[in-house]
Order: sequence, then C-alpha cells, then structure tokens
Amino acid sequence: MTLSDVTMGELHELAGRYPHARSALLPMLHLIQSAEGHVTNDGIEVCADILGITAAEVSGVATFYTMYKRRPMGEHHVGVCTNTLCAVMGGDLIFERLKSHLDVGNDETTDDGRVTLEHIECNAACDFAPVMTVNWEFFDQQTPESAIEVVDRLRAGEPVQATRGATITSWREAERVIAGFEDGRVDEGPTAAGASLAGFEIARERGWTAPSLDAEGSTAGVADTKQEAEEQADTTRAGTETLIEESPADTAEEGNDD
Amino acid sequence: MTDLLTPVLTADWGTDRAWTLEEYRRTGGYRALEKALAMAPADVVELVKESGLRGRGGAGFPTGMKWGFIPQDNPKPKYLVVNADESEPGTCKDIPFMMATPHTLIEGVIIAAHAINAKQAFIYVRGEVLHVIRRLRAACREAYEAGYLGQDILGSGVGIDLVIHAGAGAYICGEETALLDSLEGRRGQPRLRPPFPAVEGLYASPTVINNVESIASVPAIVRGGHEWFASMGTEKSKGFVIYSLSGHVRRPGQYEAPLGITLRQLIDLGGGMREGSELKFWTPGGSSTPLLTAEHLDMPLDYESVGAAGSMLGTRALQIFDQTTSVVRCVLRWTEFYKHESCGKCTPCREGTWWLVQTLQRLDEGQGREGDIDLLVDLCENILGRSFCALGDGATSPITSAIQHFRDEFEAGLHTPSSELFPPAASMLFRQEEVTA
Repeated sequence: MTLSDVTMGELHELAGRYPHARSALLPMLHLIQSAEGHVTNDGIEVCADILGITAAEVSGVATFYTMYKRRPMGEHHVGVCTNTLCAVMGGDLIFERLKSHLDVGNDETTDDGRVTLEHIECNAACDFAPVMTVNWEFFDQQTPESAIEVVDRLRAGEPVQATRGATITSWREAERVIAGFEDGRVDEGPTAAGASLAGFEIARERGWTAPSLDAEGSTAGVADTKQEAEEQADTTRAGTETLIEESPADTAEEGNDD
Repeated sequence: MTDLLTPVLTADWGTDRAWTLEEYRRTGGYRALEKALAMAPADVVELVKESGLRGRGGAGFPTGMKWGFIPQDNPKPKYLVVNADESEPGTCKDIPFMMATPHTLIEGVIIAAHAINAKQAFIYVRGEVLHVIRRLRAACREAYEAGYLGQDILGSGVGIDLVIHAGAGAYICGEETALLDSLEGRRGQPRLRPPFPAVEGLYASPTVINNVESIASVPAIVRGGHEWFASMGTEKSKGFVIYSLSGHVRRPGQYEAPLGITLRQLIDLGGGMREGSELKFWTPGGSSTPLLTAEHLDMPLDYESVGAAGSMLGTRALQIFDQTTSVVRCVLRWTEFYKHESCGKCTPCREGTWWLVQTLQRLDEGQGREGDIDLLVDLCENILGRSFCALGDGATSPITSAIQHFRDEFEAGLHTPSSELFPPAASMLFRQEEVTA
C-alpha cells in the first residue's frame, strides 16, 4: 500500500461527510488522483475497502467519468474546448496548433512530463470563446499565440495566472481542492470580469435597475393547478410528473432502499 | 414598464470581493433567511408558488409546486440537491454566478431546505471549475462559522447541513436522476420514472432537485415579495433571468433581464453582430433546443413564445452563428458531443448517436450518399422519446431543426466538403493574419 496515513485519514474523513458513505466515492477518487498522480489500482482497492464495496464497482465508476485518469498525468492538464461554439470561434485551430507545438496527440503528455493536452467539452464559459483551461482554471478568449505562450510558460516553470481565477499550481493540487480540501487561494482573482459583466455594465451606464422592492405586480398568469403548470412547462418530463402525482403509483413505496 | 435590463442576481458582480460573507452581509445578505426562518415552511412554499418562479435549468416547471410535491408525511429524511452541473453547450450563467456571489446560492439553499423540511442539502457542482469550487467551499465554511448552517440556525431550532460536492466530468449528470446516482457514488445513469425524485430521490428518499439560478432567485423573492418578483417578466413567465450571449456578436456576455426580452434587443444592447456579420442561426437554450433563425429575432424570449416557435427557452444559452458558419459542421460537432456523453444505458441513444455521427461525418466531408438526409431524419425519429432521459431527445434537436431550416446545405454534403463552402478561418474570432501566420 503506497498511500500515506494522512491520505488514508482524509479518505475516511470524506466518507464521513455524507449520510451514506458511498456518496464520497467521487471525491475520494479525486483525492486518490491528487495523492498518486492518477487513479491507481491501489487507490481503487483502498476506496473499495473503506466503502465496503468491490474493486470492480469502484473501477466502474472511475472509468465512467472523464476527469479520472487511469494513466500517469503530466504536471499540468491543459484543456482546449472544441465543443461547437468554441471550435467555430477558433478552438479547433488552437487545439491543432498546441498538438503540433507540444508534439502530442489528444490525451497525451509531453516528453518532459510537464503538460497533458486534452480537448474538452463545453466548460460553461461560452461568452469567453475560444476557451482553454489549465488544471481546470479558465483561460479566456484565447488565440493560438496566447495558448502557446501559456504552455511554454508552464513548461518553463514560470508563474501563470488564470484569467478569472488563481495562480496556477498543479493538476494534483487542483484535484485536492476538487476532492474537498481548501487551499487558501479563494481570495485570488476577481468577482467577475470581462464578458460576465457585459449586461451589468450596460445597465450601470444607463441607470437601469430592477424595480424597487415595494413595486406592485400581477400574479394573474401564475399556474394554480398542476394541469396549468404542465401546460406551461415545456418538457414532457414535467407532464409525466403531473400524471404521476395523480396516479396510484405515487403512493410512496417504502423500504426498497438498496 | 421595467427597465430593459434588471440586475438582481448579477447586481453585485461589479463589487470587489463580493464572494465573501462580509461583503454579502453589507449588501443585505442573509436578511431573507432571517425572514424565512420566522415563517412556517408551508408559507415559504406558498410564497414561491405565488411568485410564479419557474425552474431556470431548462424545463421551466414551477419551483414552488415542485417543493409542494414533497410528501411531508413520509417518515424518511428529505433532501435538497442543487444542480450546479452546468454543462449544456452554450450555457454559462451558473458558473460565473457561483464564482461571484456564492453566498446568494447558499442563502437560497438554506431557505429552500427549510421550506421542504430538509436537514441535509447538497450542491452538486461540476468538477471542471476549480475556482468556482474554491469559492463555494469557502462560502459554505463561512456560513457554518456564522451560524447560518449547522444546528439551531440563528436560534430558530432549524438545523441544516450542506455539502459542496464536485462531480468528475459527465454531461449526463446534469440530468436530475443521473445526478442522484452520481451523488450516491455510482456511474451517472438516469433512472426510470416513476418513482419521481419527489417521492424516491436521493437514498430513495423525498428529494427536491433545483437549478442554481432557481434557488438563487429565492432570497430576492423572500425579501421583495411575490408581487415584486411578478412585476417583471410576462404573464406566464415571471421574473428576471440571466441570458447568456455568445458567438458572433460584438459583445458576448451575461445579460440579466425580465423574461420576454427579444434576441434583437439583446444583440443591439451590445452593439450588434460583429463587423460585417449577419445572423444565420442560433440556439435559444443550449444545443439541445432546436435551432432558430433570423426570422425569430423579435420573438419574446419567454417559455411560451419560444415553445410556440417549435423550440425551448431552456437555459437561455443564446449561441449566435453568422453567415460564415457551416451548419453541417456545427451539427456534426454537437452530435459528436452527444455520442461521447451518452451514458450507454439505453440502446436508441447509445447506438443511434453513433450512427448519426457516421452519417454526418460523410456529409461534412462532402461524401454523403443518396438518402443520407432521410437516414438522419429516420434515425432521429427512432431516438426521440425512446430512452430513459432527454439526452437522446436533445441529440436529435439540432439535426432535425437544421435540416428543416438549411436542407440545401446538407444536400451540398453529397458532393462538397463543408470546409470548402464555409472556410473555417472566416468564422474565427481572432484576426485573420493570426490565422494564416
């Protein structure tokens, strides 16, 4: 067993945060990655042991989610969004340029072990397209040149600052925060910046605000019944939810908790 | 008549250190909680029902009614789960929100948990947003230290615990029942309904799952009252929402406005389309909502109007593409995304998205075969409505809507690559000399 006593203690701590310990499996796997550099076989065995489930069950979870890596990672994870909007705005070209600059393919690590490059799906920063991430921090409005500069600095061990976030640490340190432990960097970076503030700034310039809290309004169109709500909601899921409310199957079946 | 933009959720985004408890309290933070704790839980549910607040995560189901579905006579614990797994392509509102003002969300969580008598709440945030996770964890810690979370909150006798739970990269976990399986430490795969989460959700117990923006709207409703909230928006779509503008516009970004603003108004606010650009197609609520075109520029962006146009308001993820963009290329890329993110549980989605990609790749490369367009439509008909969750349905939306609006571009895919018809360099946002350098 390669895991330290400290890590073992933290894995148990994570398991204790939930009403049912198995809920901690995702955070525990993040912590394994932080401690080991990837999801190791030992790590899988340890998680299974702590949670009282099989290694196969843990492995099944570890292979389902894209953030878990079963092979050793580089010091830094660099993600380039190639989902549609970012791709069209230039993400495809950025990814191609980075691949040739770093001489790696998708999900591969540079020879010096510094950078693992991966194309990623939409990371919820479309107004900053094209978007790149380093260790899951945002690098907004990238160009091929700016992206290459970032990876060159990472490989040279120079300090790199996220556009909206903290100073870049390492992928393993990031995984520790994601697992559930603070790193003291919360106060770095802005409240919001750039595109996030587009509407806010226009409203401020024009003096636009929400109505004052004592304004009067009408509630005439508010759904009073489930049928009205169903008609208003725009998914069939909401519709079936209404139907089930009225069906005998709705009487809660107790005791079939697994 | 309200102003065109009405910052409520985004009102403090320009404030330095707005993520701290100190700053949040300075602008009235946690006052709504004090008010809500003095109310009976059922009265809080009633207030939110009367406000007309509808789910901001896509479906638009009335939030208060969802809370009312929780069977209070069920002896099992009740749970509140916030869906912060923002991953729908184009959607980018909850992430900046939680980065800027995480305490607003936490205050909403405590009020909502009180309303449904939940003693335990979770915020399930996607894992790929490190700094947002930092801000949430710190805000949660501060809320405990200040006595807003834990036992006997503010001396009210109410006790609520909150766990910030980070996911691990899976779009499907934004689907509420897959999210629950994931939160139980399993592969994120959707569940068959019934039973619905309100009856058997997390740990087979009554569970409310709400989107970040829905919960974050609650403190303002408690403070301002339902009439104040309903003074914004349209008759059936009440209140304010965040619209997320991205793509070929001069000023992409977050715009908070009453429901019912139009795309033309939003684009004009930011100075129009980018230089020399004309709107070709757009998504009203992410890639799973059928594409619309310039003919829909003046349609009110509320639940009813977008639904009547054959699409869905979804998450107000307005992805704007201009005349330089190949719709075939876009649809292929979205379809590759759905294929990658299909959890594999249901055959029509797992296999169907694979076949859709094969067919679209041919068309994108100009090597489509006679009958490929009909094949796509046929595949979509066989996926739509035949799986446990809406991922498969969503995968068909861009395809069927794109064929409806731009069939000739798909027909061109029988002989000409999309990159010849629409050179990708023309669509990029950085300067041309950088592209060709």
